[in-house]
Amino acid sequence: MANSNSDQQDTQTQEHQLTVEGASCASCVSKIEAALRSVPGVQKAEMNLAQRTATVSGSAATEQLIAALQGIGYGAKSLDDKSDGEALSDQETADLAYYKRLLRDTVIALGLGVPLMLYGLFLGEMSVTTPTERVAWLLVGIATFGVMLTSGRHFYIGGWKSVVSHSANMDTLIALGTGTAWLYSMVVVMFPAVLPELARHVYFEATAMIIGLINLGLALELKARGRTSEAIKRLIGLQVNTARVLRNSKEIDVPIEEVVLNDIVRLRPGDKVPVDGAVVEGHTNLDESMLTGEPMPVAKQAGDSVAAGTINQTGSILFKTTRIGKDTALAQIITMVKRAQNSKPPIGRLADVISAYFVPAIMIIAIVSALVWLNFGPQPSVAFALVSATTVLIIACPCALGLATPMSVMVGVGKAAEAGVLIRNGEALQTASKITTMVLDKTGTITVGKPKVTDVVLANVASEAEVLELAASLEAGSEHPLAQAIVESATEQGISAAKVEGFNAITGQGVEGRVHGRQLHFGNERLMRAQGVDIEAHQSVAQALASEAKTPMYLSADGQLAGIVAVADPIKEDSVMAITRLQQSGLRVIMLTGDNRATAAAVARQVGISEFYAEVLPEDKTERIMELQMEGEVVGMTGDGINDAPALALADVGFAIGTGTDVAMESADVTLMRGSLHGLADAIAVSKATLRNIKQNLLGAFIYNAAGVPIAAGILYPFFGVLLSPVIAGAAMAFSSLTVVSNANRLRLFKSSPRQAMQTDAGVAA
Amino acid sequence: MMLFVNLAGFALILLIAWWFWFYQPKRTELDSHGLVITVDNGVYTPAHLTLAANLPATVYFLRKDASPCAEIVMFPELEISESLPLNKPVAIQLPALQPGDYPFHCQMQMYRGVLAVEN
Repeated sequence: MANSNSDQQDTQTQEHQLTVEGASCASCVSKIEAALRSVPGVQKAEMNLAQRTATVSGSAATEQLIAALQGIGYGAKSLDDKSDGEALSDQETADLAYYKRLLRDTVIALGLGVPLMLYGLFLGEMSVTTPTERVAWLLVGIATFGVMLTSGRHFYIGGWKSVVSHSANMDTLIALGTGTAWLYSMVVVMFPAVLPELARHVYFEATAMIIGLINLGLALELKARGRTSEAIKRLIGLQVNTARVLRNSKEIDVPIEEVVLNDIVRLRPGDKVPVDGAVVEGHTNLDESMLTGEPMPVAKQAGDSVAAGTINQTGSILFKTTRIGKDTALAQIITMVKRAQNSKPPIGRLADVISAYFVPAIMIIAIVSALVWLNFGPQPSVAFALVSATTVLIIACPCALGLATPMSVMVGVGKAAEAGVLIRNGEALQTASKITTMVLDKTGTITVGKPKVTDVVLANVASEAEVLELAASLEAGSEHPLAQAIVESATEQGISAAKVEGFNAITGQGVEGRVHGRQLHFGNERLMRAQGVDIEAHQSVAQALASEAKTPMYLSADGQLAGIVAVADPIKEDSVMAITRLQQSGLRVIMLTGDNRATAAAVARQVGISEFYAEVLPEDKTERIMELQMEGEVVGMTGDGINDAPALALADVGFAIGTGTDVAMESADVTLMRGSLHGLADAIAVSKATLRNIKQNLLGAFIYNAAGVPIAAGILYPFFGVLLSPVIAGAAMAFSSLTVVSNANRLRLFKSSPRQAMQTDAGVAA
Repeated sequence: MMLFVNLAGFALILLIAWWFWFYQPKRTELDSHGLVITVDNGVYTPAHLTLAANLPATVYFLRKDASPCAEIVMFPELEISESLPLNKPVAIQLPALQPGDYPFHCQMQMYRGVLAVEN
C-alpha cells in the first residue's frame, strides 16, 4: 500500500523546463518565479537568468505555466522533450533533408569526377605538357574548386574546426587528402617548372571522385542507419495522439497532452490504450504482445491495470488514468531501450581507445609514407609521395571502427525489446552472451506462481474447514503466493478469516500467531521441527504429496499437528521447451527454491533439470550464486524482481521475470516482460547473436584499416609494382562504414519464436 | 633539398603529435548556472570544460549538425547517453562528481570533449 501511495506521488510530480523570452534583469527573476509558483500544483520554480530558462516541478501542465508567464508579459516555450513521436518525425524530416543534400553533393561531385576519370582512362594523359593543356586544366581546376566549395564544403569546415579545437576527425582526413591532391594539381598547372616533367600529373579527378564517393557512402549509411532503429520506431509508433475522455459526463476526444491523472478514459473495440490506467467498468481482452511479446490476449476487468500502447480487442471499458506522459510503462520502455541502445559494451572499448588516437596517427603515417617515397622511391618520386600520402589519408576509416559496436547494439537491443526483453545496457548484453550457468528460481519463474490448494490432510482436528480457517487466518496478511492460495481457497469455500494476535513471520519457515486462543504455527517441516511438533505419523503423506510436485504445509495448534495443507503451483506450459532451449545452447541450468526437496525434485524432473537446490532460504540464494562464481561460472539468475533482488544483483546478469507490462524492475540487468522462459532463451540468443555481430564488425574494421593503410602507403609496390589509386581508396572508405552498418542490420532477421530463433541464430552465426 | 624536406616532415610529425595529443587547450568553466555546448561541424564548442568537485551541474547540448554522427552524446564513465535532436537544446544533469577527467563523445568518437572535475 505504501508503495502505491509513493508511486502515485511520484507520478504526480513532474519537472518541466521552459525557455523564457524577455527576461533581462535580476528583478525579472523573482517576478517570473512568483508567477510560476502561483500556478496551482507548482511545488518549486527556479529561474536561471543566465540561461533564460525556468525549471518548474509539480503537477501543473506546461501549458498552464506558459500561460502564467504570458500573463505577466514574458514569452515562454517548453524545453521539455517533445513527444517521442514528434521528435521522431522531426528527426526523420531532418534526416531526409540531409540525405537529399548528400545525394545532391554526390551528383555534383561525380558529375565532374566521372567524366574526368573516363578521360584519363580512355582518352588522354592527365598531365600538363602544352600551354593549351595548362589553360584547359586550369579551368578543370577551377571547376574542381567549385565542387570542393559545394559538395565538399562540410568536410573542409569540419576538418578545419576540428583541427583548431585540437581534435582531428574523419573530416580532417578527407579535407587533407582531397585538399592536398587539388593543391598539388594546381601547382602542376600554375608552376609546372618547379616539378620534374614526369611528375606533372594532375589529380583533379581524384579530388572530385573522392568527395562524390564519400558523400554517396554517407547517404547510403544514413539510409541503413534508419533501419537499425526500426524497433524503437515501432515502439514509439504505439503511442497515440488523442484519448476519449469523460468530461462533464460527456465523452470527448482530447489531445494526449491534456489527459491528466484520474481522468476516466473510454476504450472502444480496436482502440489503442492511450495512457496507463486501471479498469473501472466493463471487461475486455487486450493484445499486449507489442510490449510483452506474449501472443495471447489478456483478459481485463474492473481493477485490472491497462498499459499504454496495447490494443483493445472486443469489449468496451472505462478506465481511470494512473500514469501519463513519460511515466507510462510504454514511455519507460522506450526510455530504457533508447538508453540501452546508446550504451556500449566493454568489447567496444579497445576500438574507442584506438579511435581516440587514430586520426593524428594516420596523418603521421601519411607523412612518413610520403617521406619514404621521396627518399627511396622511383621517379617521379614526388608524384608517388603525393599519391601514397593522399591514399593513406583517404583510405583510413575511423568511422568503421567507431560504428562497429554501437550499430550492432542498436539493432540487438531493439530486437530484444520486440521480444519483450528489456536489456539495461551494453555491458549486460555482453555478459549475457557469456553466461555459462543459468540459475532459475522455481516459483513464478518455472511455475505459474499462482498456486492452488489441492489437498487438506487432517491430523488432530475435526474438519477441512477448520484447518483452512486457521491457516487462512494466519496467512490473511501475507503476500506470499502460497499464502494467497490458501486465503483464496478459504474464500471460495465461504470461510472467513478470524482475528490473529501476536502474528509473526519466521523467515524461510512460515508464520505463527494466536487464533481463537490457540497458538498456531503454519509452515514447512523445518518450522515444525524448530517448534518441537511431532510430524512423524504424517511424514509419509507429506512425502507422497511432495513427490507429486505439491508443497505440503504443516499446521500445528498448541504444539500438536493439526493438519497438512498441500498447495501446488502448476508449471508454465512452455517452461519445458524453453529450458530445453537453454540447455541446448550449452548452458548449465540449475533450479533454486525455498520449497521442500520432494516438491523441488518433482518439478525439476518434469522440466528436465537435473541439478537443483531445495529449501534454500532467500539469503542462501546469494551464497549459491557466489559458490558458482567461485567455480568460475558466469552466472545468470532468473527470478522475480522483488524477492530475488539480492540474488539478481549478485549474479553476473540478473533476469527479472516480469508480470506483463509492469516494468518497475530497474534493479535487474534484463527484464523479461512476459512470464515465459522463452524470453530468457531469446535474451541469451539475441545477446550471443549481437556479440558475434560486433566481433565480425570489429574484426572487419580492424583488418580493413590494418591492411588498407599499408597498401595505400605502397607496401605492395616493391613486390608487385602496385600503388593504390586515391579514387579506389575513396570508394573503399565510403563503403567500409556502410558494410558495418549493413552487417549490423542482418541482426534484424533475428526472430524470437523458438524454432525460427534457432534457425536465424545459425544464419547469423554463419 | 631532401634534408630540408625530411626535416620539415619530421617537424610536421612533431607538430601533429603535440597539437592533437599533448597540447592543453583552454578550458571553459562549468558552474551551477549550466552551459550550452554546440554540436556542429565535427566539434563540440566548447569541448574542454572544468567543473568544481561535488557540484552538480547541467550542460545543454545544442546540435546543429545534421550528420548522424552528431546524434548521440555519451559520458561513458557516468553511464549517460542522450540522443540530440536538431536545433533543440537537450539538458544533461551531471551529478556531484569526484575529481578526475570525464570524457564525452559521440558514438564514433569523432566528436570529442572532456570534463575535468577539479577540487
